Amino acid sequence: MSKRVGMEVTTACAEAAALCRIDVASVYPITPQSHIAEHLSEIVNDGRLDASFMTVESEHSALSAAMGASATGARVFTATASQGLLFMSEILPITSAMRFPVVMIIANRAISGPINIWNDHSDIMHTRDTGWISFFADNGQEVVDMTIQAFKVGENRNVMLPVNVNVDGFQLTHTVEPILFPDQEEVDRFLPEYVPYATLHPDRPVSMGTLGVPEIYAEAQKAKDVAIVNSIKVVKEVWKEWEKLFGRKYEPIQSYRTKDADVALVTMGSMGETAEIAVDALRKQGVKAGLLKIKLWRPFPFAELKKAVKGIRVLAVTDRACSFGGPGGPVFSEIRSALYEESVRPAIVNYLIGLGGRDVQVEDFMEMVRKAAKGKLSEPYEFYGVRG
Amino acid sequence: MNTVKKYPKSIIENFDLYAPKLVSKEEFFSPGHRACQGCGEALAIRLMCKALGKDTIITNATGCMEVVSSVYPTTAWNLPWIHVAFPNAASVGSGVEAGLTALRRKGKIADRRVKSVAIGGDGGTMDIGFQALSGAMERFHDMLYVCFDNEAYMNTGIQRSSGTPFLASTSTAPAGKKIPGNQVWKKNMAEIMVAHNVPYVATATPSYPLDFMNKVKKARRVKGPSYIHCFAVCPTGWRSTSETCIKLGRLALETGIFPLYEVVDGKYRLTVEVPEKRRPVQDYLKGQGRFRHLTPDQIQVIQERVDIEWEALMIKVKHSKSREELRTLRGK
Repeated sequence: MSKRVGMEVTTACAEAAALCRIDVASVYPITPQSHIAEHLSEIVNDGRLDASFMTVESEHSALSAAMGASATGARVFTATASQGLLFMSEILPITSAMRFPVVMIIANRAISGPINIWNDHSDIMHTRDTGWISFFADNGQEVVDMTIQAFKVGENRNVMLPVNVNVDGFQLTHTVEPILFPDQEEVDRFLPEYVPYATLHPDRPVSMGTLGVPEIYAEAQKAKDVAIVNSIKVVKEVWKEWEKLFGRKYEPIQSYRTKDADVALVTMGSMGETAEIAVDALRKQGVKAGLLKIKLWRPFPFAELKKAVKGIRVLAVTDRACSFGGPGGPVFSEIRSALYEESVRPAIVNYLIGLGGRDVQVEDFMEMVRKAAKGKLSEPYEFYGVRG
Repeated sequence: MNTVKKYPKSIIENFDLYAPKLVSKEEFFSPGHRACQGCGEALAIRLMCKALGKDTIITNATGCMEVVSSVYPTTAWNLPWIHVAFPNAASVGSGVEAGLTALRRKGKIADRRVKSVAIGGDGGTMDIGFQALSGAMERFHDMLYVCFDNEAYMNTGIQRSSGTPFLASTSTAPAGKKIPGNQVWKKNMAEIMVAHNVPYVATATPSYPLDFMNKVKKARRVKGPSYIHCFAVCPTGWRSTSETCIKLGRLALETGIFPLYEVVDGKYRLTVEVPEKRRPVQDYLKGQGRFRHLTPDQIQVIQERVDIEWEALMIKVKHSKSREELRTLRGK
């Protein structure tokens, strides 16, 4: 039986990892992730979870140690944010290439220059193309659910890839929310013990991470791409199973009041809930507004997006990271490219919002929709509400 | 780490030493790899694996040994082996140990001791992998780290590292008309590991194979971290002839340039005797192209440094005490 508990989301996330009966966690402290590591170490040291908790000396080592442990067949968990994720970036594509189903929580935080500890998505966008499956959570409940789902997806024999769950720093991580917790038996039933494909053990010696010469490197890249592209099927199956067991529905793209929408906002992460309120307010004023929330960022849900935008005249895509000197924010360019070959497609405008923790309020989203209704902004992408 | 650390009175137990006929004929690092002729490192790894035995998992930093031994789809390794990247052999190896420990404790794998052994070159250990190594040793994992020090980045083309000796000519510290090669002294990595309170630290070279294998065996038995700094002659990078590989390792010892010792629980001991009258460093330097440009004055500078370092080591050998001895003394 699920139990409703009021809890800080980071604490809840650590509890979710414990429910997954992880064998090893290796974490390095960084704001706003640290509460996850702190609470998880408390769970381990209180004897509620039998796991090796590694307090490593850097994020680079956090993921490296996670890989070493995963190679022995352990279920492994780690978490980081911002500079920590960038410091890991050397190891990120190797984790996916070696097909270790490590699960990592990213407490999304702006990357430095200037240093800033608050929330945006520049960290995950910087490491976007490393072959990790990426979930985006809207609220604390989704963080708990997605943490558990991530192991099930990553460890599926047809997937065998690392998964990251993106959790907006502070906005989500440090918020106390009412969360429904599945009990241990329910999680055990949903998530059976990890059965690795090959492990490091003297009874059956294998070589992992060998040298890929030009004759094989390209094939290795293609194999990784095929694996992550095909993983969407498993993601959807896992989410269906979750809905059946726990009644909470997950979709790669979640539509909100888009049936007859004229202008639809696109968001990822915790701002989706603010945008919902803005859509409701606009609807009250007679504006046919709607909202698309992207929950699955990698693999990108192309078919689901095409279906979701049917009938929409203008998409107002919000991005929380810059692509300096590029075509606009990463979500925007992704969506525009995804719809390029559609004969009927919406006009698409791009707002860069909420950078480095800049507050975005209901009225801001309403204003974005009103401005977007023209189908074009005065610039290719707009730093919304930014001076200079 | 939440693995319970019990510190036994003596952390190393049951030494038994190798004699040639006791060396296993089993090959865990098989022939057919692509190392250069006369490679001291490949020989050392072969001997190390024999001393480690079957119940071992190797984590290899990026470098010569990874490249020559693992060109897909071939492998020279008959032991479980993993390579992830350049700077992280120690952290991956520590993760291997943590994973094995957790799985053993939870009954998911057989309850049998399998040793995690991480290996890297001087660049992967003393430079880019230094932080990861320091962390892994400090966390007191049950793992052995072996640095195969051939005194430069040989895999990438003989660039200098912090293991490169003073005045050696390398591709990024060449013997120029104004600056005669590498301008700083070699980092003393074994000492840095001793400062981590690692229970077993040793220097070794395949030129003294039984000494090396005995050290590997001792290090394997430590229930905690251990470190071996293995001097590995590189004919390609040192511009020396391949047949002098073993001889150069011996000369390094006989001149006092690379003494062979071990530090058990803080106590220093020479493991291979050095003649009372050490050979002049010139004997070691002259066979190597990387030192060809040295003037007699420069050789004298090196000689003085080696003499001083030798004295410093002898003081430690004579006067150092193990933690155990210090505990006993306090009790008196």
